[in-house]
Amino acid sequence: MTSTVYSDKEFDNTGADPTARAPLILGDLDIQGVTDVVAGIPEQPRTSKAWWIAFGISVSLAGMFGLLTAHLIYTGTGVWGNNIPVGWAWPIVNFVFWVGIGHAGTLISAILFLLRQRWRTSINRFAEAMTVFAVICALIFPGIHVGRIWLAYWMFPVPNQMEMWPNFRSPLLWDVFAVGTYGLVSTLFWFFGMIPDLATLRDRATGCIRKAIYGALALGWNGSARHWHRYERTYLILAALATPLVLSVHSVVSFDFAVAVLPGWHTTIFPPYFVAGAIFSGFAMVITLAVPARIIFGLEKLITLRHLENMAKVILTTGSMVGYAYGMEFFIAWYSGNATEGFTFKNRAFGPYAWAYWIMVSCNVIAPQLFWFKKIRSTPWLMLIVCIFVNIGMWFERFVITVTSLSRDFLPSAWGYYSPTLVDIGMLIGSFGIFFTLFLLFLRFVPVVAMAEVKAIMPEAHIHKSSHGEEPAHHA
Amino acid sequence: MHETTSTSVDLKPKDGGLLAQFKNPTALAAACEKVRDAGYKKWDAHSPFPIHGLDPSVGIRPTRLPWLIFGAGITGTSVAILLQWWTNAVNYTFSISGKPFFSLPANIPIAFELTVLFAALTAFFATLGRNGLPRLHHPLFNSERFLRATSDGFFIAISSDDPGYRPDSTRALLEAAGAEAVEHMEDDSQINAKLPRPLTIVLVTAFVLGFIPLGVIARARTNTSPKPRIHVVPDMDSQPMFKAQAAFSGFSGFADQRAMRQPVAGTVAMGDRHLDEHLTQGIVDGAFATTLPSEIPMTRSTLERGRQRFNIYCAPCHGEAGYGDGMVAQRAQALGSPKWVPPTNLHEPRLRSQPFGQMFNTITHGIRNMPAYGHAIPAKDRWAIAAYLGALQLSQNAPLSAVPQEQRAALK
Ligand code: HEC
Repeated sequence: MTSTVYSDKEFDNTGADPTARAPLILGDLDIQGVTDVVAGIPEQPRTSKAWWIAFGISVSLAGMFGLLTAHLIYTGTGVWGNNIPVGWAWPIVNFVFWVGIGHAGTLISAILFLLRQRWRTSINRFAEAMTVFAVICALIFPGIHVGRIWLAYWMFPVPNQMEMWPNFRSPLLWDVFAVGTYGLVSTLFWFFGMIPDLATLRDRATGCIRKAIYGALALGWNGSARHWHRYERTYLILAALATPLVLSVHSVVSFDFAVAVLPGWHTTIFPPYFVAGAIFSGFAMVITLAVPARIIFGLEKLITLRHLENMAKVILTTGSMVGYAYGMEFFIAWYSGNATEGFTFKNRAFGPYAWAYWIMVSCNVIAPQLFWFKKIRSTPWLMLIVCIFVNIGMWFERFVITVTSLSRDFLPSAWGYYSPTLVDIGMLIGSFGIFFTLFLLFLRFVPVVAMAEVKAIMPEAHIHKSSHGEEPAHHA
Repeated sequence: MHETTSTSVDLKPKDGGLLAQFKNPTALAAACEKVRDAGYKKWDAHSPFPIHGLDPSVGIRPTRLPWLIFGAGITGTSVAILLQWWTNAVNYTFSISGKPFFSLPANIPIAFELTVLFAALTAFFATLGRNGLPRLHHPLFNSERFLRATSDGFFIAISSDDPGYRPDSTRALLEAAGAEAVEHMEDDSQINAKLPRPLTIVLVTAFVLGFIPLGVIARARTNTSPKPRIHVVPDMDSQPMFKAQAAFSGFSGFADQRAMRQPVAGTVAMGDRHLDEHLTQGIVDGAFATTLPSEIPMTRSTLERGRQRFNIYCAPCHGEAGYGDGMVAQRAQALGSPKWVPPTNLHEPRLRSQPFGQMFNTITHGIRNMPAYGHAIPAKDRWAIAAYLGALQLSQNAPLSAVPQEQRAALK
């Protein structure tokens, strides 16, 4: 390379000067260098102690989730705090929370791909993995919430001896299809994007077992130009399919609420509001995961400050949208002139769950506004703190929507106050255990950065017509 | 695997063609153009990442996959609409909050999801299929050098199957095109085409065993069985509950050993407030009433009502004429049931002199083996039946003098 050798220390690529294209990858990495850095992680002969500790904790929590689930199935849903009037409590809160987390992954991989935001390539694999694992966590909750989980297949249109079919006019069934499709398509998309990188691991593998496993997963990929041609076309189409899909999924999730007549749920603003919230929480989760991971695995040159800063900007934008939606809900409650609707919102802010409401507002509306400051936007650990607040806030948003509305509906004689049981709390924590277990396995065994994609946006990846065989000399 | 088969003479690796490595994408593209122009057909370029602008150099025409995917998407939409229409509006119609059985707006979400699902699955599998993947064995993989094709190596491979392939001239072409290195690929697919024996045995056994569940299902579907369905999970079959006359039922009930809560003291069930003893219990001053209550006038319409109710509720046992020979009694007689207590003949003198209030009481609470009807027949109808019973008894036991003069002839 003749020019643009930046080391992450001496070059700040978060500059806002639009005339200078900031490099997406820092340091002296060439094509082989990218392979070495990324493939080096799953190839480490020894797993770091930090990984083992984190994995140990996560697996124990996941195990706790398993035991609690067994307890739930054996005993019944009474082990949760769910009870009339709050029949949809933490399980649904957790479901919506996790589905929302997943959305940033698809957004980064699909929407930013369509918009030719090339900075996405360093973080998309990472974010897609997050999507898949978050959707897994999400799907568990409605799955066990049905009570008799061995009959959960009744949610699917399977011919049966009772000659009954599911009710397709119900938003809950739309949800089954939306989240199911989403889980499947994001897994396919993730795996599809990973095939060339799995082939890289296969070709670098030394051990027999590694060769066999990565070999089987790589499906015999050999980097043929004809294959790449179809592959790229299909990748584009999958991105184009995933883009409306991700928007539809959280819209459908919001229909679960919006189609009901309950005050506080029955609003048309829900689909866009939920989608913005999902992206908001998802990006916060990506930063939460990326900041430690890039340090532990030495990925600072690939996942640069600029990536983090871009994500912080997305969080600032979507956070403001969410704040606007909160305000708009209040406005509509007043403007509609509907007494119950008006009461519901007063009750949210000043009723028995006011504590939850104000946690939500401070974490979701106030915290992201800190990203107006460049200092906070470009200091990883400060970002991490803000993002953890956002994650907490978004969980509380779902709690506020679900629980405050149900606990006080039209009929004061049916009001109640919900509190979770220890099983509820254990399962929320346990779901993080499942998520992090999967994520740590991903970090350890799978290329965490889309190598082929990163290489394709590097200067040396281009054909230079003028003087072939020469090294390229410009732009990224 | 090589050792096991190398004894055979004709099982030697074939010449699979030539593999040439190039320095960078630019050199690769230039070489591709030369190979393309030399008229080769069975060859390919290989690179660790997609090289933009390489397609024309290799001579790749745009893939038609998008059309296939589009078709799959449309199929998904149609399947979704048909599925929702057929299941909810044709095969299993049930009314939910008065929503129409078929309504397009409600079907849109699922139609959209299935469109995406079908298109995405097709995109994934069709791309793999058109690329001939998975294919774990390929002459390329026999080259040590080719391992770099997924890291930083750029290659052209010309297959020996190409009609224009000549080991020498093809090699010369590649070298002239700027290859850094050219080497032969071994095609040992002949040798390795066979599955290892243990794997074959496992696969064949699995295939054969795979038919057993299918056979069991097929048998179960064509045969009937008197046994109840197998309950894998006993759902609500066993519930802790109070069982009448069972010493121990696994359910201790509430602290007071009851299975149900008693109503709050002083609670009166709806419509159960018996202030009027005559009307609701047939009692006047502590004795059975001899007259009908004032609400029930002894009129033709009361008697008609009574006849109708009697024929519904009482005649099955007591017979329409009241002789205790209703259908149920006849059937019990025919079966010779030893425990059967015949319904009383309602024309017994003892009964003819019973006051209305006692009849009413018998209907309300039942008597000895006769079940109670108070819960099934409203009080006013019970009075109507009692009144009709009086008429019925009179009809079967009246002296001739009680019959009007003009009709006596008809009775003779
Ligand atoms: C399921 C059959 C059945 C039905 C229906 C039935 N009875 Fe009876 N009834 C009996 C039997 C059996 C006896 C005799 C009970 C015994 O001696 O143990 C009886 C006895 C009687 C007696 C005699 C009571 C006495 O004081 O000895 C009267 C009166 C009577 N039934 C009236 C009615 C009337 C009115 C109805 C319609 C509301 C009716 N029964 C419906 C089976 C029936």
